[in-house]
Amino acid sequence: MISIDWFLALSALLFCVGIIGVLIRKNAIVIFMCVELMLNAVNLSLVSFSSHFGNVDGQILVFFALAVAAAEAVVGLAIIIAIFRNNLSVDINNVNLLRW
Amino acid sequence: MITYFFIFLAVLAIASALAMVISKNTVNSALFLVLNMVALAGLFLLLKAQFLAVVQILVYAGAIMVLFLFVIMLLNVQDEENLFSKFRVKYFVAFLVGIVVFSQLLYSIGSFTEVLPEVSPEMTEAGTVEAVGEVLYSQYLLPFHIIALLLTAAVNGALMIAQHKIKSGVTND
Repeated sequence: MISIDWFLALSALLFCVGIIGVLIRKNAIVIFMCVELMLNAVNLSLVSFSSHFGNVDGQILVFFALAVAAAEAVVGLAIIIAIFRNNLSVDINNVNLLRW
Repeated sequence: MITYFFIFLAVLAIASALAMVISKNTVNSALFLVLNMVALAGLFLLLKAQFLAVVQILVYAGAIMVLFLFVIMLLNVQDEENLFSKFRVKYFVAFLVGIVVFSQLLYSIGSFTEVLPEVSPEMTEAGTVEAVGEVLYSQYLLPFHIIALLLTAAVNGALMIAQHKIKSGVTND
């Protein structure tokens, strides 16, 4: 059996790849996919703790996080479609209506 | 054997995540994200969470990524040029933030793992459909119903946002 810290380190690494992707990309859809990657990394750490302690509650939490992520993906993609309809681009540099 | 399997899946997950961030084409990014989720489902199987591995592939790699690909191909976004072509302060700051967060996470993990007990054989039975469903339908029944309400509200809200004649009635111009 692999020690749990390898799973946690992998989860941390995937989370940081997601952070870097959110910070450097300009396409709104790719930023959204990086957020999904960060959610998945947190799910991995929750599952590893859950199976390590033999407690099901962490996996229940991952199940709810999956459902919330599905709802979030639906609403976020609808917002991206609305943005694209207004200024014909998903580049977030063009979305500057609320920027000071 | 399990160790080699873990190394394979971990390298696959990290490589596909990096490729998703780096690749210029948006469709390629979405497909690399699918690969990443399949690798994560394999890791869930290694952790004896069979139910979540199946749900991960069904919901994430199936439903959500098909939705992403639909939107990408519907919007016809062009490739993002000049990524990494010239040095920018923004990239440097982004990598710095990533490294800082990673070291913080590793510090907290490293100070915590001594407390954890070793895995015993009866602990690995927690992830079966039977165990998850028993807790989900008894102790967490109310949050389960609230999740159903949330999904319904999200679908209705997405329809309201994405439909075409949103400007006629709601906005004030």
